[in-house]
Amino acid sequence: MSALLAGTWWMTHRRLSALARKPAVLVLTLVQPMIWLFLFGQLFRKVVELPGFGTGSYLDYLVPGVVVMNAVSLNSFAGMATIDEIERGTLNRFLVSPVRRSAIMNAGVVEQAVSTAFQSLVIIALGWAAGARYPGGAAGVAVLVAMSVLVGIVLAALSNTLALLVRDRNTIIGLNIMLLLPLTFLSSAFMAKDLMPGWMRDVAAGNPVSWALDAGRAALAADPDWGSAAAHAAPLLALTAVTVGLAVFSLRSYQKSQ
Amino acid sequence: MAYAIEAEGLVKTYPDDVRALDGLSVTVGPGEILGLLGPNGAGKSTTVKILTTLVRPDAGTATVAGHDVLRRPDRVRRAIGVVPQRSGADPDASGRDNLVLQGRLYGLGGTAARRRAAELLERFGLAEAASRPVRTYSGGTQRRLDVALGLVHRPEVLFLDEPTTGLDPEARASMWAEIARLAGDDALAILLTTHYLDEADRLARRVAIVDRGRVVAEGTPDALKGELRGDAVHVECAEAPAEPLAREALGRVPGVRDIVVDGPRLSVRADDGAAALPGVLAALDQAGILAAAATVARPSLDDVYLRYAGRRFAQANQADAGPLPAGPPPAGPSAESSARAATGGGAR
Repeated sequence: MSALLAGTWWMTHRRLSALARKPAVLVLTLVQPMIWLFLFGQLFRKVVELPGFGTGSYLDYLVPGVVVMNAVSLNSFAGMATIDEIERGTLNRFLVSPVRRSAIMNAGVVEQAVSTAFQSLVIIALGWAAGARYPGGAAGVAVLVAMSVLVGIVLAALSNTLALLVRDRNTIIGLNIMLLLPLTFLSSAFMAKDLMPGWMRDVAAGNPVSWALDAGRAALAADPDWGSAAAHAAPLLALTAVTVGLAVFSLRSYQKSQ
Repeated sequence: MAYAIEAEGLVKTYPDDVRALDGLSVTVGPGEILGLLGPNGAGKSTTVKILTTLVRPDAGTATVAGHDVLRRPDRVRRAIGVVPQRSGADPDASGRDNLVLQGRLYGLGGTAARRRAAELLERFGLAEAASRPVRTYSGGTQRRLDVALGLVHRPEVLFLDEPTTGLDPEARASMWAEIARLAGDDALAILLTTHYLDEADRLARRVAIVDRGRVVAEGTPDALKGELRGDAVHVECAEAPAEPLAREALGRVPGVRDIVVDGPRLSVRADDGAAALPGVLAALDQAGILAAAATVARPSLDDVYLRYAGRRFAQANQADAGPLPAGPPPAGPSAESSARAATGGGAR
């Protein structure tokens, strides 16, 4: 166990040092969510006036949507770095060392969690500066950030699985293009579920992005609904465990195929 | 423990039905450098992958440093150092950071890891480059760092997978000196794979020639060359002659044996190559075969390869791997001539 912890610690240390050497990357990738926040905030400002939307300010509604959309977008590219490490021989360098396989994957998960949490907090802060309010306070914000991290880990694990099995950059880009818009627009990210067409509402109910948003928004409300937050967070947590398991499995399969 | 590496009957077939290994067996004694010599695609890299626990063989057994690679891969990993073909160092981290992290991954404490990193930086002439990001390193510097990375935890067995591929001649020579020193000072057992004949000749105490997934010949470079007795006479024809005609013509020359007809390239062996050459040329001329060039060479590992694999080294490389990797021409005339120079020097 201590070997696993030490391995995870040093592998994570490596990843975070790499992140710290290039802080500009984290900031640059924030440009896109900023644009979403601005564009959607302006474009859809008046949808809150629709009867049944259920909130007074669209910006309040939008910020969690952009936070989670950013988590989807950022992490669906995680496989790119994995392909780099395969091609460079870095992954094999670790596979012939005593480092546990799960430590290699854990480090990836921790890195995604840290970078996603950082970006989520920046978006929340910028949203606040633009006038969004979070009545749920610090606890609510913490839940929203945690949910964005879980969504991020799910996407990163899927992206890494593809990277290990297919080893093709275009497939990773395809994953981002194919998933980003359907996952976010077929969810409660930008539109209240009650106002969607029936079929879309059904799809959104089964969409992990909606789970994250419903849990986050329930916790951010003036009168937080913790029961609802937990009910939506639980399946997301389960999905996270499954996808990380899938990524570890694909690491073994990668090893068999080389 | 008798052997540092003992592999028996390794078989590996890849999903697309490519049989990479076909019953390969090899042993390396403690403190010995074994050169695994063969063209691209002969099975050298697959052998290294199996022995370093990256890949499981379909059949066969192997122990490294006394541990079974299939049953105790964890113990094997602690005992081995690997210098793979592709570096694996973090390009944005400095050489020193790479070494310290490597030490930590092998369980060294903070002070020990830093001290060991400093020691290796000094030893491999990397002290000046130590704080620069690895991506700014030249090919030779990068390769020296790779070797240092493989030695951080003081392994018992070192795998060097084509350590000089893509290096310029100067960097190659310095890498050779380094490898020779490793085996001498550190009494490491080293398995070296290479497709450079001169590299195997120069560094390895014992050479195993690999072709199509099997070891086809094994012994000291001198013993292998000694089996060939005599010089090689190579004749390059203007165009490929009919094989029976060429064989018959060459067969008439006294003192000539081991005739190989390989397209336009004819090779024979003679105790005194220079003395046999006029006879060879005359016989070809008589048979109407036009010779474009002729060379006489002391036995080289290329000849050994030709004898056991039935084809020329450069050709096998091309046939099995298509275009060769960038860098100096890995075989053919240049490798042959330097192998000849090494032999001619009589150093061994």
